[in-house]
Amino acid sequence: MKHLISAGDLGRDDALLILDTAEELARVSERSIKKLPTLRGRTVVNLFFEDSTRTRISFEAAAKRLSADVINFSAKGSSVSKGESLKDTALTLEAMGADAVVIRHSASGAPHRLATWVRGSVVNAGDGTHEHPTQALLDAFSMRRRMGRLEGLKVAVVGDVLHSRVARSNVLLLSTLGAEVTLVAPPTLLPVAVENWPCQVSYDLDAVLPKSDVVMMLRVQLERQNAAFFPSAREYSRRYGLDRQRFAKLHDDAIVMHPGPMNRGMEISAEVADSPRSTIVEQVGNGVTVRMAVLYLLLGGAIGGEVK
Amino acid sequence: MIIRNARILGGDPVDLRIDNGLIAEIGPGLGGETVFDADGLLALPGLVDLHTHLREPGREDAETVETGTQAAARGGYTAVHAMANTSPVADTAGVVEQVWRLGQEYGHCDVQPVGAVTSGLEGRQLAELGAMADSAARVRVFSDDGKCVSDAVLMRRALEYVKAFDGVVAQHAQEPRLTEGAQLNEGEVSGRLGLAGWPAVAEEAIIARDCLLAAHVGSRLHVCHVSTAGSVEIIRWAKSKGWDVTAEVTPHHLLLTDACAESSPVGPYNPIYKVNPPLRTAEDVRALREALADGTIDCVATDHAPHPVEDKETEWAAAAMGMIGLETALSAVQEAMVETGLLDWAAVADRMSCRPARIGRLSGHGQPLRVGSAANVTLYDPSVRAPVDPGAMVSKSRNTPYEGMTLPGRVVATFLRGRPTVLEGKVV
Amino acid sequence: MSDAQNPPVSGGDPAQRNHSRAVLEAPDIHRALTRIAHEILERTKGAESVVLLGIPTRGATLARRIAERVAQFEGRKVPVGAVDITMYRDDLRLKPARPLGHTDLPPGGIDDKIVVLVDDVLFSGRTVRAALDALNDLGRPRAVQLATLVDRGHRELPIRADYVGKNLPTAKSEKVRVYLEETDGRDAVLLVKEVAR
Repeated sequence: MKHLISAGDLGRDDALLILDTAEELARVSERSIKKLPTLRGRTVVNLFFEDSTRTRISFEAAAKRLSADVINFSAKGSSVSKGESLKDTALTLEAMGADAVVIRHSASGAPHRLATWVRGSVVNAGDGTHEHPTQALLDAFSMRRRMGRLEGLKVAVVGDVLHSRVARSNVLLLSTLGAEVTLVAPPTLLPVAVENWPCQVSYDLDAVLPKSDVVMMLRVQLERQNAAFFPSAREYSRRYGLDRQRFAKLHDDAIVMHPGPMNRGMEISAEVADSPRSTIVEQVGNGVTVRMAVLYLLLGGAIGGEVK
Repeated sequence: MIIRNARILGGDPVDLRIDNGLIAEIGPGLGGETVFDADGLLALPGLVDLHTHLREPGREDAETVETGTQAAARGGYTAVHAMANTSPVADTAGVVEQVWRLGQEYGHCDVQPVGAVTSGLEGRQLAELGAMADSAARVRVFSDDGKCVSDAVLMRRALEYVKAFDGVVAQHAQEPRLTEGAQLNEGEVSGRLGLAGWPAVAEEAIIARDCLLAAHVGSRLHVCHVSTAGSVEIIRWAKSKGWDVTAEVTPHHLLLTDACAESSPVGPYNPIYKVNPPLRTAEDVRALREALADGTIDCVATDHAPHPVEDKETEWAAAAMGMIGLETALSAVQEAMVETGLLDWAAVADRMSCRPARIGRLSGHGQPLRVGSAANVTLYDPSVRAPVDPGAMVSKSRNTPYEGMTLPGRVVATFLRGRPTVLEGKVV
Repeated sequence: MSDAQNPPVSGGDPAQRNHSRAVLEAPDIHRALTRIAHEILERTKGAESVVLLGIPTRGATLARRIAERVAQFEGRKVPVGAVDITMYRDDLRLKPARPLGHTDLPPGGIDDKIVVLVDDVLFSGRTVRAALDALNDLGRPRAVQLATLVDRGHRELPIRADYVGKNLPTAKSEKVRVYLEETDGRDAVLLVKEVAR
């Protein structure tokens, strides 16, 4: 594995190796000394063109726990905001000797482009409305920990699928790992040709909930209302929000997930978000662990010319 | 002067005697000084492009009239229509005359300026269409290409107004609201790649409206770069009504699909494939090829759109739209239409020379290769096949979508009114 | 350890391979482990605060076997666990990233304990060096000792074993392969001369 750009690039064995590695590394987070010397001398650059403090901090903690040197490069106030191109930024990072570049960008496909300009590994930390593979990995990891399995697990992904990189990555990864995904959204928020994705599709949340083991709520941006994707926040919430009444339709072992940040009261009610069957807080901790696993597997062995 | 052993439209080798820029005599074994021994090469009438972006004035970093017409000559073209979206916009007699004069000055091929339909391409007020028609440039084709004349009233008026001087409005059919932020054909690939979809209906709705408008006011309509199967159906229907609607298709829409954005020799999300209108599906390609074969689509136009490297070496969304095409057009058409048995060389000459000249009301071009015609001749070797080499192109830009592909054919020589503009594949 | 990491080559009895010979058979291994268990009891005065930590994969198996024997002889359970050293290796950059082994500390931890590290083969000493680093991050033992089934020499670091099953003189080009019932279906230690291909 050279890069992690799309969850679709991961075969079943690759994905399981990441999850199993994360399972071992989770124990490191439990001990008093949380640091490992493994990536000493490696340089990880966090290249963030979009504000995402949570994702950046998660990658930063993961890299630091593996003793990598971390350089945070955020687009604001840097040469990027002065009009420097992605390519020139890439060449700058290359000159700094970055072994891995973790990139968050508003343009779908930016990590693919970056990978053609740098020698190091590229990790996609979210590109436009395309993918967010480490989020999908941490979601799968959280599900497996809570539910004990992924094979045959029924997962409903609810909300703005059209603009969601989390949904895309989750559909690809979970289907690879044998889970059965159902996307639930109003028709305006589903991509064209979604019927060809490896999942089911429904417009009716109430019909899907009783059959689901996991319900993953996606963030819905209020701006979508202005582009007529739905009439109003109130109507969206009534039809697709997870409130107490809907929560009661889930079977007793089912769990609720959300990649964050949440719009409480919009796609999820506060009492659902804070319930013991919500994994929302542990998803954050699992994020560090899974990202450690990814960085270890990308950088923990020979890179390029280092192989004898 | 004599061109020897040329196979006109693939027929038996003959010699062509050229006097004063005209074909004076055709036959075997003519006496006289040999200019060029074609040695059995295919002879086509000099190609005519209805849709070229020469970028001058304003974006001389991407292309100039000089380099663009060199590229045209090297692609076998003897005339190109220079689109109006320059800076300043070609919306006055002054600008179109400037472009026309530059074409005359360099002489690699004839440059026929296209005038803007609306001032500044802003879609608010008609440009001075009559002044451009009456200028030295004799503008007959008007287009806001790059932008759609989306206002129905304005479009109706433009269609009506140009009747006074036998002009034609060449519409860039793109409903603007349906394509806000659009990046790639809306379909399976755009959904997977998370690129904002560019629906076929945005093109088809405008074409349908414009056909109806043209019929209503009894005017001529030309549809630029048709890209969808649905557009083909609408144009076929309009023609069946006897309406004066013509259409063009680009070589890239005949050869490439939106799948290129996902996997290609140059990697996924490579904006070398970003173009307006977007590359569509294999089904659309099939329909476009059939339409070009049966005449529903009248001609091939390159939409040669040069961009400097920095406008393409970016993330997809930030990249400029467009691809160069003059130097590869004939090869692409051979690959898409001739190798597939859909067109013979006579039909290629019709779609790439005769019909575009007629649509553009361009005299002295698009004439069959016979005695008395202008000696605009393209000598082509269809038997070779080679990898496309962007480095070997003479266009100032390198944004060809065919890098990493092999294409058939090679333009060996081009003659403009008997004067060689290209010999042995090199610009003279 | 470094030699024995890989499981046996599939297909056929390992002893049948060219240029390999068994240096320890099952009874030899059993006797060696029994002796090591006795020595640990002797040296640690009844193994009262001993924790046995095996280095995965086969070291962990050997640690469990030694613990069973100590329990037999003394009637007391010795805490046993495993410490994976992958993340502490000094040769990570020589191979693609390796899958991690399992680290498993007994409930009482290792603080103030006598930790006996158990490995199958002692060779360069680098594995043990990595294990010492790993222990450092896991707690603060009173003392650390080392038990190994085979010491084949060729040390590259100032490290020696406290308990040795068998000292085995080898050429550096030879490989020592340890097979254990639990992981490999049989008990044996083979000395393999790599055949030049």
